[in-house]
Formats: sequence, structure tokens, C-alpha cells
Amino acid sequence: MFKKILIANRGEIAVRVIKACREMGIKAVSIYSEADCEALHVLEADESYKVGPPQAALSYLNIDEIISVAVKCGAEAIHPGYGLLSENPEFSARCAKEGITFIGPPTDAISSMGIKTEARKIMIKAGIPVMPGSSPLETEEQALQEALRIGYPVIIKASAGGGGIGMQVVENPDNLITALETCQARAKASFGNPTVYLEKYISQARHIEIQIFADQKGNVVHLGERECSIQRRHQKVVEESPSPVVDSQMRSKMGSDAVRAAQAIGYAGAGTVEFLVDQDLNYYFLEMNTRLQVEHPVTEMVTGTELVIEQIRVAAGHQLSWTQEEIDMSGHALECRVYAEDAKNFRPSTGVITNLVFPEAVLADGEMVRFDSGIRVGYKVSPYYDPMLMKIIVKTNTRQRTLELMYDVLSNTIIEGVKTNISLLQYIISDPGFVAGDFSTSFIDIIKK
Amino acid sequence: MALVEVKSDISGLVWRLDVNVGDSVEEDDAIITLESMKMEIPVFAPSKGIVKEIMVNIDDVVEEEQVVAILEI
Repeated sequence: MFKKILIANRGEIAVRVIKACREMGIKAVSIYSEADCEALHVLEADESYKVGPPQAALSYLNIDEIISVAVKCGAEAIHPGYGLLSENPEFSARCAKEGITFIGPPTDAISSMGIKTEARKIMIKAGIPVMPGSSPLETEEQALQEALRIGYPVIIKASAGGGGIGMQVVENPDNLITALETCQARAKASFGNPTVYLEKYISQARHIEIQIFADQKGNVVHLGERECSIQRRHQKVVEESPSPVVDSQMRSKMGSDAVRAAQAIGYAGAGTVEFLVDQDLNYYFLEMNTRLQVEHPVTEMVTGTELVIEQIRVAAGHQLSWTQEEIDMSGHALECRVYAEDAKNFRPSTGVITNLVFPEAVLADGEMVRFDSGIRVGYKVSPYYDPMLMKIIVKTNTRQRTLELMYDVLSNTIIEGVKTNISLLQYIISDPGFVAGDFSTSFIDIIKK
Repeated sequence: MALVEVKSDISGLVWRLDVNVGDSVEEDDAIITLESMKMEIPVFAPSKGIVKEIMVNIDDVVEEEQVVAILEI
């Protein structure tokens, strides 16, 4: 097993990985930017090193500097967390070259899933249902023909994209060419690659994903689904497991498709296969995230697993801790992401945290409350990084009780110094449509009106 | 002619200047766009007017309540 791991990330996920290292008796090394000198992940680590100025591009994304710190401090492995360098094939290849274990999948798997049109092709070949769509668009004429074949509305997506950037829904042919040009420009600016493609657009859809795990010996399992339909700006806000609409038959079918997807690309480590689910519960492959997801704790809670520890074990060459038959889901887990933003208009909010209180709830047997937080009193929330302050995760035996307990926990959580979306989270989880399990990815847009 | 300050309600880095000095703008038109917390957030004109001065450049750090432009109304 590794003796020392460098965590190439910040915020709550860096703190989360440090905790896992501690449980395994592994030394944890943090990196930080000038804006994060006093961040929680710096204070919690066994060692920490500054890698650059506040801008992520010059610090948390500075591959040369991060590798040089890893070599200097003798870290045998790097955990990339999520976001930042976690899905950067250049970074994972560089780790390999330096003899450092990248705690994640093989570089080829990251590369092939990173190009969305490539991923679609691989999944179609593996017999997995994929949303009707086009290959990369080369001419305006081809775009018009393909859109007609797929049927309006269509969504334009960046081939190298992610995070909702460069996506646009087009209702009719009159707007297609203008939208195409906008998306191509956006894709080029954000990903350095202007290639876009079309997919059929379904407005009343759900976003449901399957957690998979593979070891380096070819064993692959799935750990059930996460319902992630509640989103704003194409970013998730509330997630839960199990999904209110997935029964055991559908879970096992989606799960085995997700396992097949992982096998098709020789996957190893933690991964997530994202599906769009229509109103008739048909599901279609959207993309595969080749890393740990933000919302992994809901899966940990209903399956009783420790996914970060498992990532480290698998990266060290160990066999998966569980067979498919040993993975059992019980209870209901819900995660709320607390963002530093105005709950009404989603405008970001910066400032120094002046008060922070995590309430202690009275819990019955089988009930759990977990705060995965990246902040502390005195920490300055800056405009340089994403707005997520913490995740609150609750698990009980039933969905109804989980929603009630989460509401109480949100009511008693105190964060002062920045605005937060806590009131919106309470509104969401007490909305009758949400309580009934009847919602789609348009949920927040609808309640905002 | 009165002058009106365009203040940013958030902090961030100047990502884009959306208008030029001399442009006519309507209320709620984007004057500049900030990059804050990985999002592009516009700072809007508080009223209709003509852009008299833009007080920031691309990549500048803008604090909450900072004046970023002046309109003549």
C-alpha cells in the first residue's frame, strides 16, 4: 500500500480524501494556491505545498508544479478528486511517466470518454442505448440534414465539452445555424476544440447515473443509481439514491449496461455512467465520468461502502472488495449541495466565513447525517473557484423520513459571512412535486417561475 | 445630464467588456461580464444611458460594490 498520497484538489473533496488516507494510515499531502493558504484542506493535511497564484489555471491546474511537488515530497500516488485535473489525460500520462500512480482509470479510458462523439460510438458498438444524435458536424448543410433526421428539438453539444458549457437547445431549423456558430465559438474558447454535434433533446427528462467500480484484474461491479435531476445551470443541486422511479428490474438492467460500458473501455477505478431517462422510463447513455463524482456519498450510505478507500486500494493493485452479489442497497440517502450564492438569482457570493454551525440531530437506528465541508470560520470564500461550500448527506430507512430529517438539518445549519442557497434547498425538498418523486431536469426552472 | 455609477454586486475577475465608451445602453443591458466561481456573471446597467467611462480592464479583480463604469443619463 502507498505510504504517501498527494491530493491535487481543494475544498471539501480534498478534505474527504485526507480523511480516507488517515483511516488507511497513509500520509496526505495537500497543494494550495495563494487564495487558499488558510483553507481547511491545508490545515488538515500532514504536509502542504503552495503551487501558485489564486487563478486555478496557474495553481491547481499547473501540471509541472504539481508533479514537481509530488516528486519532491515523495508521494507515490496522486488523487485528483473531481473537476480540475481529474479527467485530464495529459496529467494522468504525466504521472505514469514520472512513476507516480494516478488514482483513476487508464489514460486511454479518460481520453476516449472525454471526446463525447467518440464515447457515443464506443457505447453504440457495445450495444448500450444511446440518444439519437449525429457524428461531429462539418458543414452547415450536414447540420440541417442531421437535425431533420433526428427531429427537432435538438441540442447542440461540444464534443470535448462538459459542465453544460457550449450547449444549446434548438427548436427549429431557422435558429440552427446561428446557434451552431455560437456553440462552436464557445467550445473553442472553453475546450480549445470547436467540434460540436447534435443530440435529440428531451425536455421532461430525468438524469440518472450508475456508479461503477472496476479493479485492474477485470472485475467490474455497479453500486446502483443516483437520481440527479435537480439541477441549476446544468449543475446538480440535490441528489438521492435510490431514484424514486427506478425499480430493481430497471436498476439491474441499467447496472449491467453500465458495467458493459466500463468493460468496453478497459476501465479501472471509480466511474459513473450517466443516462437520460424519458417519461416512459427509456434510458439513453449520455456520457461517462471517469472519476469520483461529487455526489458519491449517497451511494456510500445506501451500499455501506467507502468509495475513496476503494479507489486507493484498487489503484494499489488490490482486487475489488465486493462481488456484485455482495452489494446490497438499503435505506434512502439524499445529498444537498450548499452553494455560496444568492438563493433567488444564483449570483455568486464571496466573503469571509464568520460563523459555522453543524447541528447534531437525534438519530434513530440506521439514520446518518454527514457534512462533507471544505470551509472553516475565518476562511475567505473567493471568486476563483466553484461555489460549493459543503455537501450535507442524510440517510434513513425511508425517503419520506430522509426528506424530513434533511429539512431539519438544513434549518439548523448556520453559515454566516456569505449568502447560501439553503433556503432554496429547503424549498426544493418540501415541494409537493419533489416529495411525490415527480420531477425532471427542468424542476428548478419551473419552480423559479 | 446626470452621471450614474454602475456598481458590481459581486466580486470576480473581468472576463469581458460588453460595451464601449459612447454606446447607448438600456436598463439591464450587460456592461461588463465577470468570471466568478467558474460562472460568467454580467453586471447590468442600473438605468438607460450613454457609457461615459469604463473603469476596469480585462482580468482586473473587481470587489463587491466597486464602481466599474459611469453612465450619463
